[in-house]
Amino acid sequence: MSIVLGFVALVAVIALTWLWRQGVAERPWLETGAVTRSPSPGGQPTGRTGLGVFLIVAGGLFALAGSAVTMRMGYADWFEMRLPRVVWAGTALLALSSLALQAAVFAARRGDGPGLASWIGAGAASMAAFLLAQGLAWARMAETGQGLAATPGASFFYLISGLHGLHILGGLVALARVATRLRRGPGAAAPAVALCTIYWHFLLIVWIAMLAILTGWASDAAALCRAILS
Amino acid sequence: MSSVSEDPDTGIPPAEVPDLPPPHAHGFWSRWVFSQDAKYIALQYSGTAIAIGLVALVLSWLIRMQLGFPGVFDFISAEAYYQFITMHGMIMVVYLLTAIFLGGFGNYLIPLMVGARDMVFPFVNMLSFWVYFLAVVVLAASFFAPGGPTGAGWTLYPPQAILSGTPGGTQWGIVLMLVSLILFIIGFTMGGLNYAVTVLQARTRGMTLMRMPLTIWGIFTATVMALLAFPALFVASVMMLFDRLLGTSFFMPALVEMGEQLSYGGGSPIVFQHLFWFFGHPEVYIVALPAFGIVSDLIAVHARKNIFGYRMMVWAIVIIGALSFIVWAHHMYVSGMHPYFGFFFATTTLIIAVPTALKVYNWILTLWRGDIHLTLPMLFALGFIVTFLNGGLTGLFLGNVVVDVPLSDTMFVVAHFHMVMGVAPIMVIYGAIYHWFPLISGRMLSHRLGLIHFWVTFIGAYAIFFPMHYVGLVGVPRRYPDISASFVPDSVATLNAFITVAALTVGAAQMLFLFNVAWSLARGRKAGHNPWRAASLEWQTPEVPPRHGNWGDELPVVYRWAYDYSVPGAPRDYIAQDDPGHRASWSHVP
Repeated sequence: MSIVLGFVALVAVIALTWLWRQGVAERPWLETGAVTRSPSPGGQPTGRTGLGVFLIVAGGLFALAGSAVTMRMGYADWFEMRLPRVVWAGTALLALSSLALQAAVFAARRGDGPGLASWIGAGAASMAAFLLAQGLAWARMAETGQGLAATPGASFFYLISGLHGLHILGGLVALARVATRLRRGPGAAAPAVALCTIYWHFLLIVWIAMLAILTGWASDAAALCRAILS
Repeated sequence: MSSVSEDPDTGIPPAEVPDLPPPHAHGFWSRWVFSQDAKYIALQYSGTAIAIGLVALVLSWLIRMQLGFPGVFDFISAEAYYQFITMHGMIMVVYLLTAIFLGGFGNYLIPLMVGARDMVFPFVNMLSFWVYFLAVVVLAASFFAPGGPTGAGWTLYPPQAILSGTPGGTQWGIVLMLVSLILFIIGFTMGGLNYAVTVLQARTRGMTLMRMPLTIWGIFTATVMALLAFPALFVASVMMLFDRLLGTSFFMPALVEMGEQLSYGGGSPIVFQHLFWFFGHPEVYIVALPAFGIVSDLIAVHARKNIFGYRMMVWAIVIIGALSFIVWAHHMYVSGMHPYFGFFFATTTLIIAVPTALKVYNWILTLWRGDIHLTLPMLFALGFIVTFLNGGLTGLFLGNVVVDVPLSDTMFVVAHFHMVMGVAPIMVIYGAIYHWFPLISGRMLSHRLGLIHFWVTFIGAYAIFFPMHYVGLVGVPRRYPDISASFVPDSVATLNAFITVAALTVGAAQMLFLFNVAWSLARGRKAGHNPWRAASLEWQTPEVPPRHGNWGDELPVVYRWAYDYSVPGAPRDYIAQDDPGHRASWSHVP
C-alpha cells in the first residue's frame, strides 16, 4: 500500500499548504466586515478546480490499482511480464497525442484557429490509435498464452489498461465536445482545450507509471534507492 | 490574517465570478424528475436513502427475531440470516448514511450555507442522483434474483464471497452487489466533485474558509475523504467481479470445494482486505465528520452560544480526516500481520482519540453556562454526544491489539460500531431533520410526537446495544444465526430476547417519526422566518423555503462568522452572518 500512501501524503501536503494559505489560523470571532480576498483559490476558474479534484480521484484510483499490483508481486507465483512490442508503440502514440494537444494550446494562445483545429484532430487521432494499439496488445497477449486469467501479471495488465482505456474514452468524448466549440473561434475553445491537455498529460503520466509498476521497473528502482540509502 | 475592511459600506469588493442564474426547468420532467436544483436533488437523495433504509430496518428486525427467539421463525434459515445481516450492514453504511449526509444534507446545505445559487455543476449533480438511484435499484433487485442477495457479510471477504457455500456466491447476489457498489461510487464521485468544488469556488463575498459553519467543514472534509477512499472499494469491486465472472485470481487462492479443485490459484484474500479497509475505515469518518459538523451547529444555535474553540474544531476535523487514512489495518489484527504493523496501527488509532476527544470537550464547553433550550434538535444533539462518547470509549479498547484479538468477531464489536457509527450518526440525522425541516417545508414538526420519538429511540438504543457489550464479553460470536446449543450461559438467551423486544420497539418508534413528517407537512405549525433565530446564512434567504436560485436578485455578502450568539450589546441575541450593522466585540469580554 506504499504507493497509495505516498499519493495520499502528496494530496495531504497540497491540501494543508492550501489551507494554510487560505488562513485557517485566523480568529473569525474577532473579525467583522467584508473581506476583500476572493473566495476562489487564487482566482482559478471553476472548471480548472473541478478538473484538479477529478484528477486527484482518478490518480487515487490508479495508485490503488498500482498498490494492488505491488502487494500481489510479493507472492511466490508472480513472474515478470513479457509485454508485446505493440505496447511500446502505443505508448509512443500516447506521448505524441499529449504533445499534439500541447501544440493546440499554443495555437489557441496565438489565436491560430486552423492550427488549433488541426492539432486537436492530430491529438484525437493519435489517441484513438493508442486505443487500437492497446486492443492489438490484448489480442497478441491472448494469442501467446497470456489470457486474462492465465497469469497474475496478465490479469492486472488487462484490468489496468482497461480502466485507463475507459478514462481515455471519457477524454475523447470531452474533446469532441470541445471541438464543436471551435466554430466560435479559438478564443472560445481555448480554456476547454487547456483543460483537455492537462487531462491528456495526466493520462500519459499514469500510463507510464502503471507500465513501470507492471514491468517491475518501479520495484527495481525502489530496491536500488533502498540499497543506496542503506 | 485576511484583510478586513474597516468600513463595510465601502469595503465590499466586486464579485470575481459572474453571478450566473442556475439552469431553469422548462417542463414536467426537468422540474420534477431530472431537476438540477440542488435542494430538490437533496430531497430525492434523502427520500431514496430513507426508503432503502427502511428495508434495512426491517432486516434488522428479522435479524433480532432470529437471535432473540432462535428456531421460532421457520422462514429465517441460516442462509437467509446471512443475507439479512449482509444487506442490513451494506445498506445502512453506504446507501443510507453516506448518501443522506453527503447527497442529502450536502446538497441542501452547501449552496445555502456558503451563499451560492446552486452547485457549480448542476447537470452532473442531477446525474449523480440518478446513478445513485440506479445503484439502489440494482441492490434491491438482488432480493428478487435467483438465489437471493449475497450473504457474504458486509465486508464481502473473498474467497467465501464468491463460493457456492455462501448465499448468492455463485449466483446473482454477489454480482448485483458489486455492480451496485460500482454504480454507487460513480454516482458519488459526480456528486462529490460538486460538493468539494462548490465549497472551493462558489462561496459568496466575505465567506472566508474560517467563516464557514462547521456543518460545511464536516461535509467538505468528508467529501474529500470519500473521493480518496471510495476508489479503493471501486478497484476491489471490479477485481472481485473479474474473479467471479471472468475467472481471474486476484483474490482467490487455490481451493478445493466439495472435493473438487477449482480453477482459481495464487490470489490473495489479504489484498482485498487491505483495499476494503482502506475504504472502510475512512468511511466511518465520512459518516462521522458531517455528524460532528452538524451537531456543533445544533448545539451553538440551541444553547445560544458561540461554538467553543471554533479554530480547534476545524483543525480537529481536518486532522481526523488525515489520520483516518493511516489506521485501516486495525480492522485486520487477526489476519496474521507482522507485530510491528499491529503496533503502528494501534498507535495511530489511539492518536485519533485526541482530536476526537477535543471535539467532545468543546461541545461540552459550548453547553457550559449556555442558554440551553431543550428543543428536539438539542435533545438529539445531546443524545449524540453521550452515544458517541460511549461508542468511542469501547473503540479505545478495540484499537489495542491485545484487547482486540480476544474480542474480535464477537458481539462486543457489533455493539461498539452500532453505538459509534449507527446510533450516533442517526441521532444527528434526526436532530438535523428537526432543525432544518422548517427551512425545507416552512412548517414545524410536532414537538410532542418528536419527544416520544426521541425518548423511545434514545433509551431503546441503549437497551439494545448496552447489554450487547456484555453478550460479546462472554464470548458470543457475531454472524452466528443460532448459539442456543453452544457454550454460552442461559442468561445470554434472556438478554437476547430482551434486546429483540427493545429493537422492535425502537423500530416502531421510527414509524412515528415518518407519521410526524407526513402530518406536519400538511398540518404542522407555520414556521415563519428563522424560527430558531439562527445566525448562519441558510436561514437568511428572502423566501422560506428558499426558491430556485436561493438568493433573489443579489447574492448575500458575509460580514462575520456563523456563531455570533448572545453578543454583548447587540440588539438581538444573534447577529446574522449577512448583517453588516453590529460589530461584535468579543475582544473586550473578559
